[in-house]
Order: sequence, then C-alpha cells, then structure tokens
Amino acid sequence: MEYFVQQLVNGLTLGSIYGLIAIGYTMVYGIIGMVNFAHGDIFMLGGFAALIVYLVLVGLFGGIPIALALFIMIIVAMLMTGLWNWVIEKMAYRPLRGSFRLAPLITAIGMSIALSNFIQVTQGPRNKPIPPLVSSVYNVFGISISLKQIIIVVVTAVLLTIFWYIVNHTPLGRAQRATEQDRKMAALLGIDVDKTISITFIMGAALAAVAGTMYLMYYGVIVFTDGFTPGVKAFTAAVLGGIGSLPGAVLGGLMIGLIESLWSAYFTIDYKDVATFSILAIVLIFKPSGILGRPEVEKV
Amino acid sequence: MANITNTPESAGSNLMARALREAFYAGLVALGLFVLFVGLKTDQNILNELVLVQRWGLLAVFVAIAAVGRFLSVAFIRPYLAERKASKASTGVKEPGFVTRNFSMIAVAVLLVYPPIMVALFGFQGSLKWVDNFGIQILIYVMLAWGLNIVVGLAGLLDLGYVAFYAVGAYSYALLSSYFGLSFWVLLPMAGIFAALWGMILGFPVLRLKGDYLAIVTLAFGEIIRLVLINWTAVTKGTFGISGIAKASVFGIWSFDVSASNNFAKVFGLPMSSAYYKIFLFYLILALCLVTAFVTIRLRRMPIGRAWEALREDEIACRSLGINTVTTKLTAFATGAMFGGFAGSFFAVRQGFVSPESFVFLESAIILAIVVLGGMGSLIGIAVAATLMIGGTELLREMEFLKHIFGPDFTPELYRMLIFGLAMIIVMVWKPRGFVGSREPTAFLRERKSVSGSFTKEGHG
Repeated sequence: MEYFVQQLVNGLTLGSIYGLIAIGYTMVYGIIGMVNFAHGDIFMLGGFAALIVYLVLVGLFGGIPIALALFIMIIVAMLMTGLWNWVIEKMAYRPLRGSFRLAPLITAIGMSIALSNFIQVTQGPRNKPIPPLVSSVYNVFGISISLKQIIIVVVTAVLLTIFWYIVNHTPLGRAQRATEQDRKMAALLGIDVDKTISITFIMGAALAAVAGTMYLMYYGVIVFTDGFTPGVKAFTAAVLGGIGSLPGAVLGGLMIGLIESLWSAYFTIDYKDVATFSILAIVLIFKPSGILGRPEVEKV
Repeated sequence: MANITNTPESAGSNLMARALREAFYAGLVALGLFVLFVGLKTDQNILNELVLVQRWGLLAVFVAIAAVGRFLSVAFIRPYLAERKASKASTGVKEPGFVTRNFSMIAVAVLLVYPPIMVALFGFQGSLKWVDNFGIQILIYVMLAWGLNIVVGLAGLLDLGYVAFYAVGAYSYALLSSYFGLSFWVLLPMAGIFAALWGMILGFPVLRLKGDYLAIVTLAFGEIIRLVLINWTAVTKGTFGISGIAKASVFGIWSFDVSASNNFAKVFGLPMSSAYYKIFLFYLILALCLVTAFVTIRLRRMPIGRAWEALREDEIACRSLGINTVTTKLTAFATGAMFGGFAGSFFAVRQGFVSPESFVFLESAIILAIVVLGGMGSLIGIAVAATLMIGGTELLREMEFLKHIFGPDFTPELYRMLIFGLAMIIVMVWKPRGFVGSREPTAFLRERKSVSGSFTKEGHG
C-alpha cells in the first residue's frame, strides 16, 4: 500500500510537469487548430534558460537563497521562452495561417529540429548536470515526499488557477475564447486576432518554461534532446484529456504521469513509453475526442 | 495637411526611417533571444562542474545580422519584390520549354549514366563518395518519400510514423538473413509483404481517426515499434543492432563477397574494389525507385487510385458515392508501407548494419517534409525536394574549406540538421504548396488542364 501511494506521489509530480507542457499544446490547438510540434523544444529551451540563469546567479552572488534563485529562474525563463515563441509564431506560423493544414505542421517540425540543434550548436551536445537545488525529504506515514515534489505540485496548482482565471474571467480570456470559436466573427467584433494568437503562444511558452525549470530542478540534468520525449508525452496528454480543453490537458498530464510511474513500479521500466503510447492509441480509437473534449461535429 | 503631396523623395526617406526603426527593434529582439543562449555557454570544467563561458562578441554578430537583415529586407528587398510582382502580373504565362516538358526522361537518363561519369571523373575509389553518399542516399529518400506520398499525397492520410515500416523492412531482412541465411532476392519481396502487413495491422485501428489525431497515433505506433526494437534484446540485440548483414548478389550469379568463388571482380578479372558493389547498389535502388514511380502512376489511373484521391478531397462525399473507405484506406496504408519495407531491406543491405538509432522520429519528419516540400502528389517535385534537402545537407559534410575560414574547430556537420530545419521553414513559408504546386488531374473532361495545388485539400483522412 505504501509502495502504491509512493508511486502515486511520483506519478503526480511527473504528471504536473506533463500537464504544464500540455496546456501550451492544447491552447494553441484550440485557437488556431495546429499541432505546435516545436512546443516540446520550447520546454527544453525554458530548461536551458533556467540553467543558465542559475549559473549566472551563482556566479554573481554565490550564496543566494535557493527560493529566490528559483523564483528568478522561473521568471527569466518564462520571459525568455515567451519571447522565443512570440518570434517563432510571427516568423514561421503566421505567414502560413491561411494556407493548407499541413503547412504549419511542417514548419513546426522544422522549427523543432532547428531549435534542438541550435541548442546543441550553441551549448554543446553533452548532459548539463547541476548540483541538487532542493534536497529536503519529508516522511509522511512512511511515504517519503521530497520538497521538490511539493514545489512542483504547488507551483502547477497555482499557475493553473491563475490561467484558468485568465481564460475564464478576463477580457483577454474572452478574446481568446471568441477567437477559438470563430476567428472571422471575432475580428468583426473588434478583437485583434493576431494579438490574441500571439498572447496565446506567449502564455503557452511561459508555462512550458515553468515546466522546464521544474524538470531541471527535479532531475538535476538537462540535454538538448530533452524536448522530444516530454513533448510527445505532453501532446499525448493533451489529446488524452481532449484537445482544446484546459482542464483536460492537466487531467491528461496527470494520467500519463500516473500510468508511467505505476507501470515502471509494477511492470518493466523498459516498456513504460510503450504503455503510454498504447494507451493513447486505445483512447483515441474508442473515444477520439478525448476524456473531456467535445466531440467534433462534421458539417457537410 | 502640409504633407498632402507625397513626393517620391519623402516616401523614400520615410521608408528609410521605417527600415531603421524596424532594424533597431529586430536587433533588440535578437538581443533578447540570444543573450542567454549565444552570449553565454555552459561548459564543464575539470571538476565536472558547469561553468559559464562568455561570448559577447558572437552575440554582437548575431544581433548585427538580425538588424542589418531586417534593414535590408524592409528598405530594399520588399519594395523590389512588390515591384516585380506588379510587373509579372502583366506578362502572360510562359509556355513550358523542352527541358520542363521532358524533365523526367532527362532525369532518368542522367541517373543511368551517373555512376560511369563519376568513375570516369574520380576513378573507382574517388567515385565511392559520390555514388554512395549522394546517389544512393538521395535515392533511398526519394523512394521513401514516394512511398509515403501514396499515403499522404494521394490518400490524404497524415502519417507521422512512416519510419516504422522502413524499420520493419530493414529488420525483416537483417533478422531473416542472419538467422536463416536467406538471400536478398527472396527477402526483398518478403520485407515488402511484412511491411504491408504491418501497414494493415496499424492502419486498421486508426480507420476512424482524422487529421491530427491520425498523425499522433501513427507517431505513437512508430515510437512503439522503435521501443520494441530497442527492448526486445533477445531477438533484435537492442541498441547494439545487428551487424554483419549479408551483401546482396546480382541475382545469385555474381557475388560481392571477397571470399566467394563467383566474386564479381574475380569472374571478370578486374582489380578488387568496393566500388562495384556500390555501383550495383546504385542501380538497384534506382530500379526500385522507378518501380515505385511506375506503380504510383499506374495506380492513380486505376479505380483504387481514384478512390484514394476522392478520399483525400472529401471523405463524406466518397462514402455517399459507395466507395468502401475501409478498403481504400487500408490499401493506401499497405501500399505505402510496402514501398517503405522495400526501401528498408535495401537500407539493411547497403549498411550491413541496422540499429534502432536509424529509425527515430526525425526520419519520419524528414520524409514527410520532403513529400510536403515537393508538393504533395507530385513525383517530380518530391524527387527535386529530396535531392535539394538530402543532397544539400550531405554537401555540408564536404565543406572542408570552411575550416580554413572559421578555424580548425569548426565542424560543418554539426550545423547539418540546424540548416535542414531552417530550410524546411524557409521553403514552406516561401512556397507553401511545395516546389511543384500544380498537378495534372487524373480525370478530366475533353481537355487536360493543370489544377493549382490550392484547389486540392490534404491531410483530412
């Protein structure tokens, strides 16, 4: 039983990271109907930004309190990746908005290749390990919960609340939802569609940056290829939860995290990704709209 | 309103002012983008700790390039393009010339004489690089892209896991030849059949899915097959891969094994060289490519090919006209997968070594990119795209002279995929419809008119 709960805790932590990335996928898909394939690499970029900021902070102020350092890392990484995604959207996706559906997917794949190789070229191909930032572990009823895990879950919960509020209760969120439903109509009603889409990309990237920082803190290492697998899994999470739905993305992320850690705990760790992908395939085959998604109505 | 008569001069200075302003912003954005990633580099010191190396000079170069590029683009390139567009609109459409009309014939002829010319120019040893790295490498991708074209370009089913069938083909040859000693000519059709079978097995569950969902499930299947290849070590030897795969022979008549009595060079009394085998492989893959093209062209005119294209354009209309979408989709998956399997077994024969490393998602992405960049459905466009993208990136390996410019630490290979990715974006933004954006309709009334690519839909499944 304790073993099971322990795995549950690990799964929730992992799932929170996937959920944060998945929101970026789901928001972009919801608003312009494209799979932003480069989103996983934006997450990796966020991790690298946090890493470099951490090294700068340590270099400048030696014994900086770790809470403050983490806070600065998250903020700078969010700004940084937000800027990156803003530029990427403007240069690679916006010119193709009226084009056929595969076009932005191809540029997104190209962007994903370019981004990971950009980091490889500028930062080197080796693993980047950092000393553990937070190392306290608490023992609750025989289950060990590390401070890292608590930080990840709490940060995710706080950010989700903020984002849920923005999307549902602010003029910006209203503009986003309107653009999502009908871009032309939204434009006619005075919404700056381009700006709304840009902000959606920036928001998604900011969340991915937080996920990247958390990933760096949790595993203590990052490498330029780290964007792909978490990216695909987060996309899996978004689809599993019902693409376009914000709570769905988080739910999907948590489910993927749980499946992964429980599978590794009870079955073989080698096939954990096979399990994740198989479950994705099964869900899509039997309920293609995902768990919380609205079924797509086909208009003839 | 003093400024109401806008003289060309003031427009020009306005343009310059705007260009300068935009250049300034572009520089600022570039500074923001690159300050952490280019300005600072994380390196490991002797204690294996990460330390930062400062590269402010390089950062300045990046920012300057962005600013100058933006300035030139706003001040000169855009007005020039606008002007050219305006003047082009008035001139009529040009009649296609001799080369354009007979492009495919000329291309096949050039490919047939390509190895002898290379041998004549560089000698047997020198031609290896050109025949193998450029010729065979590009032709493998042409074949893969033509195979995927059946699924994506004709049937409109977006497949992101095509490399799985390539892997199935490669591993069927590698395993069956090393465990049972079967020859290439027996296993080539078998690899195709196995891959087609897998195409149907993987195609069956995804019949109901469309567009992006289909894409992501096929991606998942591709990853599953790769992960199984990595983890099923008892059979596949995992990440070590299978090495020492038998070479192909000329229909069993002449062998390319050095020890064999019917060795090609021995039979003809030629000096020993590995070039004969490479040239043989070149013609082999060329033949396989031509078979793929021939089958594709023929299938397009058959009921099944028309059903594929109808499916691509509108699935509901297709169904209401009585086309069985299940068999239509499955045959598309199976046919595409079969060619992937052929290419895979050829790949295994050529490398003599297969490992899961060769079948990562990136390969699927590259193949799909070639199909889309070439203009979906257009065989010639796809071949051109494969030549440019694969040949272009291979060419970077050859750029030794760059070392003299940028110093001995400079390795052009490192930039290969970075440039590939950027090229994908640039080509797509510049020509969203691919290199050959128009295509000939298969069915027509009285006269054959070219249809612009923008009238056809893709990726709806």
